Amino acid sequence: MSVCTLTIDGKDVAIEAGATLLDAAKEAGIEIPRLCYLEGLSSVGACRLCMVELAGTNKLFPACVTAVAEGMEVRTQSPKLQNYRRMTVELLFAEGNHVCAVCVANGNCELQDVAIAVGMDHSRFTYQFPTRSIDISHPKFGIDRNRCILCTRCVRVCDEIEGAHVWDVANRGENCEIVAGLDRPWGEVSACTSCGKCVDACPTGSIFRKGETTGEKARDREKLEFLAQARQQHEWVR
Amino acid sequence: MTKIRFATVWLAGCSGCHMSFLDLDEWLLELAQHVDVVYSPVGSDIKEYPDNVDVCWVEGGVANEDNLELIHQVRAKTKLLVSFGDCAVTANVPGMRNMLGGVEPVLKRAYLELGDVTPQLPDEPGIVPPLLDQVRPVHEIVNVDLFIPGCPPSADRIKATLEPLLRGEMPQMVGREMIKFG
Repeated sequence: MSVCTLTIDGKDVAIEAGATLLDAAKEAGIEIPRLCYLEGLSSVGACRLCMVELAGTNKLFPACVTAVAEGMEVRTQSPKLQNYRRMTVELLFAEGNHVCAVCVANGNCELQDVAIAVGMDHSRFTYQFPTRSIDISHPKFGIDRNRCILCTRCVRVCDEIEGAHVWDVANRGENCEIVAGLDRPWGEVSACTSCGKCVDACPTGSIFRKGETTGEKARDREKLEFLAQARQQHEWVR
Repeated sequence: MTKIRFATVWLAGCSGCHMSFLDLDEWLLELAQHVDVVYSPVGSDIKEYPDNVDVCWVEGGVANEDNLELIHQVRAKTKLLVSFGDCAVTANVPGMRNMLGGVEPVLKRAYLELGDVTPQLPDEPGIVPPLLDQVRPVHEIVNVDLFIPGCPPSADRIKATLEPLLRGEMPQMVGREMIKFG
């Protein structure tokens, strides 16, 4: 196994070739904000929060899908990156209907967490107040698309870990939305095993357990970590 | 030392931010040594927004003609305008009516479809202010100098924001202690 050496924010890091910049930053103990990345799932570079700078180019690179290379000089914090990250989070807030005060995930929400991390105290972009749908046809769970940031973690966790592939992304641009069973009511989709992994993977309050009220959403992330690593570590029960 | 001319206004919000302000409890006495409350729904009985206000904290989004008129007056007559709480900063719960698409469907939904006793549309020109098409955050209407999100911001955070202001400094709205939506 060949090893790459690189620097991240001036810190020397050695990591196996094929690892991503996000893996390398983790190795170096450097936190990079992200919303669509979830350990154990494939990475898609959708949220654009983990963008970093590489010496020798003006282009920005998403750390979660960029492979390390020998001698790379990576910067994860700069005024330019901080500005872009804050704008990205502001756009997420402005394009959906994120009413934290009445959300199941209030106080337990990764979108709120990144708002704090990037120092967003308001959105400079005009709130769109889009018309989005809610589906509570499933007996155990619901999806409120007002709170969705289209990170696609639910799509990936259902396809890659549960193997059911209930979720997909439908439509384009501002009409983009997460749909169940090729756009049918979730409760009628026989492929759904009601495992709840999408609830645990969702960073916001978009996919939730029925009966939860404001601030009550709890996630079992350790279950996803266990499932992602158990085979490799020969752990057959949790 | 001349006192700071201090105001608070209440637009489209539930008054919870003002209640949280009153949760400052005995520290309100300390505050009163530094400020003259020149306009406030909870701190004075003055009906006209006065001139030369140093600081005004605005609770609520801009939802109707009265709100719109008042916020323009506030901006014209105030040095430092503070957007106070989620309704002012994001439109929050009052803004959820925006998804219904305009005044008419909102009034029909609230007063006709959900009106269980003598359903009728409110119509008192000159008394009941007409709704604006959408509820908007304060900074989309006028310039805002400082943002304190939260539903409501806690008394601790209100105090941590007021203390630097009393010293003539701008508070730094960074980190989990100072930024909280919801």
